[in-house]
Amino acid sequence: MALLEMTGVRKAFGSHVVLRAVDLEIEPGQCVVLIGASGSGKSTLLRCVNLLETVDDGVITFEGRDITDPRMDADAVRSRMGLVFQSYNLFPHLSVLGNVTLALRKVHGVAAGEAEERGLAMLARVGLESKAAARPDDLSGGQQQRVAIARALVTGPGLMLLDEVTSALDPELVGEVLDLLGELKDDGVTMLLNTHEMGFARDVADTVCFLHDGVIHESGTPAQVLDDPSQERTRAFLSRLRA
Amino acid sequence: MTQVPAPAAPNPWQPSPVQQERDAWRRRRAVRSGSVAALSTVLLVGLVGTAVVTSPGWQRVQETYFDWDKAVDSFPAVLDGLWLNIRVTLLCAVLIVALSLLIAVMRTTRGPVTFPLRLLGTAYVDVFRGLPLLLVIFLLGFGGPALNLSGLPRSALFWGCSALVLSYSAYVAEVFRAGIESVHPSQRLAGRALGLSYGQTLRHVVLPQAWRRVLPPLMNDLVSLQKDSGLIAVLGVYDAIQRARVETSLDFNYTPYVVAGFLFICLTVPMARATDWFARKQGFHGAGGML
Repeated sequence: MALLEMTGVRKAFGSHVVLRAVDLEIEPGQCVVLIGASGSGKSTLLRCVNLLETVDDGVITFEGRDITDPRMDADAVRSRMGLVFQSYNLFPHLSVLGNVTLALRKVHGVAAGEAEERGLAMLARVGLESKAAARPDDLSGGQQQRVAIARALVTGPGLMLLDEVTSALDPELVGEVLDLLGELKDDGVTMLLNTHEMGFARDVADTVCFLHDGVIHESGTPAQVLDDPSQERTRAFLSRLRA
Repeated sequence: MTQVPAPAAPNPWQPSPVQQERDAWRRRRAVRSGSVAALSTVLLVGLVGTAVVTSPGWQRVQETYFDWDKAVDSFPAVLDGLWLNIRVTLLCAVLIVALSLLIAVMRTTRGPVTFPLRLLGTAYVDVFRGLPLLLVIFLLGFGGPALNLSGLPRSALFWGCSALVLSYSAYVAEVFRAGIESVHPSQRLAGRALGLSYGQTLRHVVLPQAWRRVLPPLMNDLVSLQKDSGLIAVLGVYDAIQRARVETSLDFNYTPYVVAGFLFICLTVPMARATDWFARKQGFHGAGGML
């Protein structure tokens, strides 16, 4: 059974229908990349999966349970997922280590000492153990984003959601974050992300999904979707990117 | 008249059975939450009410503070006094905004030439924010007329209002200053880069943004001023509280004070709701509005 399964997911804001009927499956260990024009609903889709938005219709199952059921405890679902934002959203009043250990201590009830240990190990994983005591504002954008990834990853989530995590970064900082994501993929972390980095999609993704007009217009391996798209819309979108 | 057929919906979407079941569950839960809220409210109010009414001294308290006939008798006089409070509030509010804006601008100037302005502004705020309002009213209310300044009226009302304006301006100036300083420095730079002078940048770029940010806390101060306008009663001005005191002194029945209190609440509650509404309309979600 798939780790995450979306069936006929619909989300509208007022009369503006963003997602019409989205079907999507993610197997454990897979990296699924959403591509599509600005405003095509990529971020909305991630927010629906994280239950930050309530779907208007359709079913999302995660780890075998229907998480769109209103009886579901949204906090429990979210504690099994990691979400990383475009603008990092680190807590400026906490140290780097404080950011990484907050959920461990307050949500997962891990004792302070062990949380610190796991936090430091995770910071070492993203190459920032020397910055544990620093404040987020003292770090570069790329470092902040790596801390944000560590913060999401430290609780051992079943699924990582990454929302345009390199869009706010200077070009020379994009690489360090994308390299980290590639390593995580090799470690077997399941990821659903949206990005404009087609090179990353080509190198790392198992599946690329083109979101257009509120549905997954085309999906397949990076080679199929990016190099030999079967849909006219996909071709048009990709050619605009290359232009 | 011809019937225009309704245009077909572009997305003829009907909720699926799953969604219908969810919606029904949410409706049921809303009804249940509403019932629980209503029940707990009735219970709490009932308990507190019973505790008060069954207390041993309730009979006397009711006669002294909640005498209906006395309330009706004193109502016109207190209401008449309240009209003075309203006028005092409105006049003082305008003066306070003008004075405090001046102080705030003085305190946010830069450069060595304007140092005396900053010093003056800071000293003013320190003094009047530190003095209890009642004390300022006493000092000005009784000391002001004794000065015999030519050209200034000697009425208690004038000096009472002056005390309110001086005291409140110190607070409101700090609100304005916080607003001015909350506008990002890059906005000033952008203004100066266009060739606007310091004053023009302040007038056309900084203050309009600062003003919008501080309006909700300013309205909070206005609500506060509304009720503090009653403090000038200590100077013998015939406002709502003074009129209530006169009514009370006839028979030592304190109901007119309750009437005055009720009228003040009637005045401030709409103002407070308006403040809430305005703050919401401005979308005060803080800076973290984007995901």
